[in-house]
Amino acid sequence: MVMKRLLAFSVVVVVLFGAIIWTSPSILKEVKLGLDLKGGFEVLYEASPYDEGGVVTPESLKQTAKALEKRIDESGVAEPEILPEGSNRIRVRLPGVENEEEIREMLAKPINLTFRAPDGTIMLDGRDFKENSAGVAYDNFNRPIVTIELKDGNKLYDVTSALVGQKLAIYLDEEMISDPVVNYPISGTSAQISLGDAKVAEAEYLRDLINMGSLPLKLTEKYTQSVGAKLGLDSMKDTVTAGVIGSVIVLVFMMLVFRIPGFVASISIITYAWLLILVHNWLNATLTLPGIAAFVLGVGMSVDANIITAERIKEEIRSGKSMISSLKAGSKNSFRTIMDANITSIIASIALYVIGDGAIKGFALTMIFSIIVSVITNIYLSRFLLSMLVQSNAFMKPKFYGVKEEDVRAL
Amino acid sequence: MRFDTKIRYDFVKNRKKFFTFSIVLTIIGILSLLIFQLNLGIDFKSGTTMDTVTEQPVKQQEVISVLDELGYSEVPTVGGTNNDRISVRFGDELTNEQTREIQTAFKASFGEGASFEVNVVSAELARELAVKTIWAILAASILIMLYVMVRFEWRFAVSANIAILYDCFVVVALFSIFRLEVDLPFIAAVLTTLGYSINDKIVIFDRIRENLRFNPTRNEKQLTELVNASIWQTMARNLYTVLTVFIVTLFIFLFGSESIRLFSLAMLIGLISGAYSTLCIASPLWFEFKKREKKKKTTGGNARPTDQPIV
Repeated sequence: MVMKRLLAFSVVVVVLFGAIIWTSPSILKEVKLGLDLKGGFEVLYEASPYDEGGVVTPESLKQTAKALEKRIDESGVAEPEILPEGSNRIRVRLPGVENEEEIREMLAKPINLTFRAPDGTIMLDGRDFKENSAGVAYDNFNRPIVTIELKDGNKLYDVTSALVGQKLAIYLDEEMISDPVVNYPISGTSAQISLGDAKVAEAEYLRDLINMGSLPLKLTEKYTQSVGAKLGLDSMKDTVTAGVIGSVIVLVFMMLVFRIPGFVASISIITYAWLLILVHNWLNATLTLPGIAAFVLGVGMSVDANIITAERIKEEIRSGKSMISSLKAGSKNSFRTIMDANITSIIASIALYVIGDGAIKGFALTMIFSIIVSVITNIYLSRFLLSMLVQSNAFMKPKFYGVKEEDVRAL
Repeated sequence: MRFDTKIRYDFVKNRKKFFTFSIVLTIIGILSLLIFQLNLGIDFKSGTTMDTVTEQPVKQQEVISVLDELGYSEVPTVGGTNNDRISVRFGDELTNEQTREIQTAFKASFGEGASFEVNVVSAELARELAVKTIWAILAASILIMLYVMVRFEWRFAVSANIAILYDCFVVVALFSIFRLEVDLPFIAAVLTTLGYSINDKIVIFDRIRENLRFNPTRNEKQLTELVNASIWQTMARNLYTVLTVFIVTLFIFLFGSESIRLFSLAMLIGLISGAYSTLCIASPLWFEFKKREKKKKTTGGNARPTDQPIV
């Protein structure tokens, strides 16, 4: 019986650590570092309407963010993050960018949608269109068409009559999006663009583009942060090394003070750190400096969960109970404490996530994951491992749990 | 004696001393915030900071003369293990061209391999961030209070909340008193303090609640004994937990990167304050509230059954 349980325990631990050691290098490589750690460039724009009297609508902000994303993608920057924020802000994060100046200039340009004659003359631009009025409809053959509406009917008539039989190409910045042919002069303010056998998605894309162009926003830099790659990496390396040394000391300390439960705690805490990074990767989250703070807090709370359980078990042993019932009572009594503490922290993190933005949000998110992972590893895994060891009957002396023999009271 | 716990120090009896100490610290903190305010870093103040790591050691005087040539009177700090870190704080929001100009000059003087970190913030945004943080902390503390009220009772909720807000304030106050720079990661440190602090309070209140269930208290003496016993029963856990987290944070403080140093200092302060407030503020405060309830009952004559803790 003794050997069987111990063997089971060893198998679990070996498999677990095998998995950790085997997967760690690739997992660590996949961690997406924030630009404060790996270098890069962050800028927060405030959007204001280009024309006086205009307003920034959520729609126009979203469209502008989309347009920025398109521009950045074309410039070849990997993994950009473009987030509309609040009512009139857009946050752009570009990790690992070298040619910062160029990209900044490119981003700050307003969306420039133009309709050009074959010789390149600009006939109409985005602002000639009624704001957000383009839509998708279907012609008699059930093919998608884009309906547009202009502010000034005369202008539309002038342009279309000058270009009958010619192409009126639509450009976003310098890229041609579509080149419909003008069939006849159009009077009035509405018109439609036939796309032939185009798919609905293409029509929708053109509609969005025209709507985007009709609401150009001016972007002003409100906050910029740029970190040199070397500087970021240095910070990261020092901090991680320091954190690892500190953690190793803590694990040794746990084993010295709590013996068997301390040993189990060390296994759980290592598993916790591994699992948290794994979850972090799955969710495609970015690790930033405040994220590391949340990580450290998480390690602290995991250690705490183990200490609470171990202390509780010690108390039960001291009161004279058998090892197995001490384990049961200790686990049961500490569960409620740990859960209450963790739930309160999750509640606090959710509040921070909802209210804060930028750095606070990142912190809160890591915090929430770390608590969930911590509950799984430091409550359930710890308990599972500990019960295997206790039930193996190999560790029946109080000293294995950090309790002095003479402190045990007769029941 | 109903608790098998050695009470080595009577926290409840000495509560007035702790309250006085904390109130004095709070007042000093408020005064310092009013008079000196916070030493706001770039994240909270409009302007530009430029951190540079060079390949060769530099002297402060050299940097000053480079800046002087370009027409800036800002005084740089030079640090790092072999004087290879230059940090300059500009009061203005530098434009792209200005930044580039300075970087070119630095590269010319201190080597092409220099690496830069540049932060530009507008004042309005910084203010907004600070306000948002305060709201976030208040909202978090109110939600915590509601949860504790449901799971425990209002006395625990109020005591815990006073203690955690006090801890957050202590971190801010000490940074004001010692003129340490407040930047964005500082906010994360204050939030971490909030997390640790509430964790500590829950653990000890949970013990008080448990002891309360098995030991109905009839008078102030018994209540004092109960609170002290609860404190001492959880003392080992408190010390171990604080010690372990303290070790990790201390290592990050001592050997971690420059940019995270103040952050870890703030966390250390929060950690110590959190441990202190758990023992010396939260639990005695709960005692004060509970004591009053007992008095009311005995004078009112119309005694309700003892408050059963909610489980």
